Amino acid sequence: MMLSLLIAVPLLGALVVALLPRSEDGRTARYVAVGVSILTLVMSLLLLREFDLEVGGYQLTEQHEWIGAFGVHWALGVNGIGLTMIFLTTVLTPIVLAASWNDKADDPGRTNAYFAWLLALEALAIGVFAATDVFVFYVLFEATLIPLYFLIGGHGTGRRSYAAVKFLIYNLLGGLLMLASIVGLYVLSTQQGGPSFLRADLAGLDMSATTERLLFLGFFIAFAIKAPMWPLHTWLPDAAASATPGTNVMMVSVIDKLGTFGMIIWCLELFPSASEWAAPVVLVLAVVSILYGALLAIGQADLRRLVAMTSVSHFGFIILGVFAFTSTSMAGSVLYMFNHGLTTALLFLVVGMMIARRGSGLIADYGGVQKVAPVLSGVLLLAGLASLSLPGLAPFVSEFLVLVGTFSRSIPLAAAATVGMVLAAVYILLMFQRTMTGPLNERTSTFRDLSPREVGALAPAIVLIIGLGFVPQPLLSVIDPAVDPVIATVGEGDPPQRAPLDLTQQTEGDHE
Amino acid sequence: MLDLSWLLIAIPLAGAALLLTWGKESDAFGHLIATACSAASFVLGAIMFVELLGRDAGDRSVTTSLGTWIDAGHFHVDFAFTFDTLSSLFVLLITGVGTLIHVYSIGYMAHDERRRRFFAYLNLFIAAMLCLVLAADYLVLFLGWEGVGLASYLLIGFWQHKPSAAAAAKKAFVINRVGDLGMALAIMTCFAWFGTSSIAVVNDQIDTVSGTVATALGLLLLWGACGKSAQFPLQAWLLDAMEGPTPVSALIHAATMVTAGVYLVVRSHDVFDASPTARGFVIAVGLITLLAGAWIGCTKDDIKKSLAGSTMSQIGYMMLAAGLGPAGYAFAIFHLLTHGFFKANMFLGAGSVMHGMNDDVDMRRYGALRSAMPITFYTFGIGYLAIIGFPGTSGFFSKDKIIEAALAHNVWVGIGALVGAGVTAFYMTRMMLMTFFGEKRWREQVHPHESPSVMTTPLIVLAALSLFAGVMALGSWIEEWLEPATGHAVHHDPPLPIIVITLIVLLVVAAGVALAWLAYGRQQPAAEAPADSEVSFFTRAGRAELYGNAINDALVVRPVTHLTRALVWGDGKIIDGLVTGSADRIGEISGELRKPQTGFVRSYALMVLGGALVVLLGLLAVTLA
Repeated sequence: MMLSLLIAVPLLGALVVALLPRSEDGRTARYVAVGVSILTLVMSLLLLREFDLEVGGYQLTEQHEWIGAFGVHWALGVNGIGLTMIFLTTVLTPIVLAASWNDKADDPGRTNAYFAWLLALEALAIGVFAATDVFVFYVLFEATLIPLYFLIGGHGTGRRSYAAVKFLIYNLLGGLLMLASIVGLYVLSTQQGGPSFLRADLAGLDMSATTERLLFLGFFIAFAIKAPMWPLHTWLPDAAASATPGTNVMMVSVIDKLGTFGMIIWCLELFPSASEWAAPVVLVLAVVSILYGALLAIGQADLRRLVAMTSVSHFGFIILGVFAFTSTSMAGSVLYMFNHGLTTALLFLVVGMMIARRGSGLIADYGGVQKVAPVLSGVLLLAGLASLSLPGLAPFVSEFLVLVGTFSRSIPLAAAATVGMVLAAVYILLMFQRTMTGPLNERTSTFRDLSPREVGALAPAIVLIIGLGFVPQPLLSVIDPAVDPVIATVGEGDPPQRAPLDLTQQTEGDHE
Repeated sequence: MLDLSWLLIAIPLAGAALLLTWGKESDAFGHLIATACSAASFVLGAIMFVELLGRDAGDRSVTTSLGTWIDAGHFHVDFAFTFDTLSSLFVLLITGVGTLIHVYSIGYMAHDERRRRFFAYLNLFIAAMLCLVLAADYLVLFLGWEGVGLASYLLIGFWQHKPSAAAAAKKAFVINRVGDLGMALAIMTCFAWFGTSSIAVVNDQIDTVSGTVATALGLLLLWGACGKSAQFPLQAWLLDAMEGPTPVSALIHAATMVTAGVYLVVRSHDVFDASPTARGFVIAVGLITLLAGAWIGCTKDDIKKSLAGSTMSQIGYMMLAAGLGPAGYAFAIFHLLTHGFFKANMFLGAGSVMHGMNDDVDMRRYGALRSAMPITFYTFGIGYLAIIGFPGTSGFFSKDKIIEAALAHNVWVGIGALVGAGVTAFYMTRMMLMTFFGEKRWREQVHPHESPSVMTTPLIVLAALSLFAGVMALGSWIEEWLEPATGHAVHHDPPLPIIVITLIVLLVVAAGVALAWLAYGRQQPAAEAPADSEVSFFTRAGRAELYGNAINDALVVRPVTHLTRALVWGDGKIIDGLVTGSADRIGEISGELRKPQTGFVRSYALMVLGGALVVLLGLLAVTLA
């Protein structure tokens, strides 16, 4: 019941916020929304407490028949991976809501709608991460498009209609391919003992190699669009450039993770042989994403597009770690999803605060801001350093785990991906140099520094980024047990140690 | 006490955190907190050092773990620190010189409105550098390694309103990241072959892997070392780094951080012992940088850049020594320590001169400052004697040892090191003469004065250390002390008796001094630098830093810029074009399909008729056939 409740609370909250009478300044809606998101966060913490780390596997499961004729169940449950992603969602939502406090200041009549859509998005995201019935997964996965469509198209700026439609069509296209695969699964399960969409039933299906590959591709392409992976990424920069900072965080930090999450939970577990078959191509595409996204980030003139392109690069790392099929790299990838969520949230939010002050997203319109807004500049630098994976900050741990795991599988791929480390330094520091250093211009000289509310909204993300850089173990101990079964299913398991075996025993001691 | 390594790091780290988060009210005393933190770390380090001294030689290494840092999949790293004979010397150098530079900065940065932040960064640097040298695991070392890179970035760009400072900071970080690429790959190699990145385990078991792996690992580590220590071919950032406040140049870009590469090689000595090829590369890198840095040092009129060239060159000496293997490790560290003293001394001296000359760095506008700034002059003079290797000073002992060992290894390497000593004497004498002797070439409104005692006291202490640090070589103390950490040194006899070598070195040094005196002492240097077209190729190339930046631009920066532009264009036109293009095609097709739907009943009727006819004809055809 706990997971259903966790979905229901923000969903009901969204409904309440939407139905609240419109007030002059939209205060009530904001307070209710933040309150609901904090309540959800607290509930997710209770969930963490209920979760038994020692046991592993899916826990907190629930299953009710939904559409009996088709074998559809309302089935929920999480393993360490799903739990981590739910936790990411519940942590980020209050931060986003608090940071978006004044987003609708110029249009208070629509505050209710804006905050309601954000809460609805949170509920749907939790649902997708918890679903263990692929039909439920699909429905919720597609349902996330609705709030995002309205958040981009209705509450965004600039070419928002174009961006929203492009986003919607591109993602619907992926969804249709996934639907085809799900229908295929339905047919197969009907032939083999009665219709079912439950993960446990689907994992045991017999299928020919061709069937498995086709079904895999349907899922994978949908997830690769969502992630987004090169060359299916072009909807993201347009969407990011038109959406509000809060929307961007929910979209890139949370919803895009459905793609990489789906790759692990659905592609690898339901289609292990096909995943292995596709891995060489996927790995190369992942490395291309890393380098391509980074190079494009260097060349961006717009701050939001820059952050979007850094995410293409970072998603490349996540996919690389997943398809390297080592427990080290996959644990790194799952941690990467969490850390990237935090870092990108901080980047999008602080960049959003800059744009709100300056009225422009163009990097060239800034300069010297550090002098008048040292706190803002410090937060931007910290977010940037996290994005370039500086050791001591959370993303370093995950990026290094991905690289070190991949290295034990393929040295050339790992070496090429490591070049992304240098490019990341270029795109972040170049942006920082252009916006924050040098002489002030007449438009930036009146720049206000962060207000206490803004600092307060960002502080939790900052604390987590630094804290998890030094103490990543609380999360890794949740993630690690969930990764091993996946690795056992797919590929030939972890690659062997390259040195003689007796060394391994000596060096790893009682660990292992 | 020896298990308190972590506390050495924690104290300055706490200082940095405190100063960065505390509000404006701490502006008045923030610098004192930072200095106290650095000093506390020094005192603790000194106590620990004494305790280590009291132990038996075989027992002088204490590793303590704070617990797990990362444990995922098969990867496991502990937050573990090793206090041993090697790291203890570094702890003393970093916190000792660091504290002196904190004190000096109180005066130097007195009028800077962001002084508290400056001290916070200094504390951050001390913490990161201590983490680097105390780490028991390569990944923990990497944490300190990139941490000092961050501190360096923040401090080079401290005067961010200057575009040149911001650009130099970014350049330093990016080139360092290129080096870190090697470091990161080295750590991955450790994990893939040894299942761990523990420094002790990797070095213990290096003999169990093939020579190729050892060479690869050694070269990757050297790659990292080149970035951090500004060695060829990753040297281009160091001269630009002089944009930072002078105390930063003294602490980070002379005495401590830039020597981290040498530390890394010595710390990983088993890896290099196992691979003569990797050692050969270390020697080559050291020798090239030694000569290149000295060349640049001869031609720069900017006192800080000339000193920076000298730093490159002196670190080249250390690298060279480290590449000699067991015979050279102790000498590399010995020269690293003495250089830390005399170069910090001279950088701070240069800062004192700039302080008196309205922050002018051009030596052509100096001259005759020995009477205006007597303390600065005498302390700088001692540093000068030490770096050229005047008998009895610390540099005399440390450099001589390296030249001897180099000669014993290979005559040509030895001759290279010898030539470097002569060139060093030349450029340092030039600097000395242009700054403190000759006639005044001061600009208007310049009234040189001695710096306050908060600045001169550190100078005096450092001058004393530059003078007397040679005692470490007495009775081969330094070699014996380091033996547990660097292995037993096997010395080969040099081709000539040691006393002859010493005399030759002194002769070469004297020649360098004499040449400099002929060029800059007997005749007055011009108050304006001659234009590039008027000087020899030698000077022109040196001024252009041997075209390092031009080469980087041509080989890396411009191609990447072009590639980036092409990709940005292609992303919109080609990749997105395919997507939006197919959407447009669909739109067009839909448009065509819409056309028959005119809404006129007559055209629909016509179509129904046409359709019926087609069906009829079809039926007929089927029946008749």
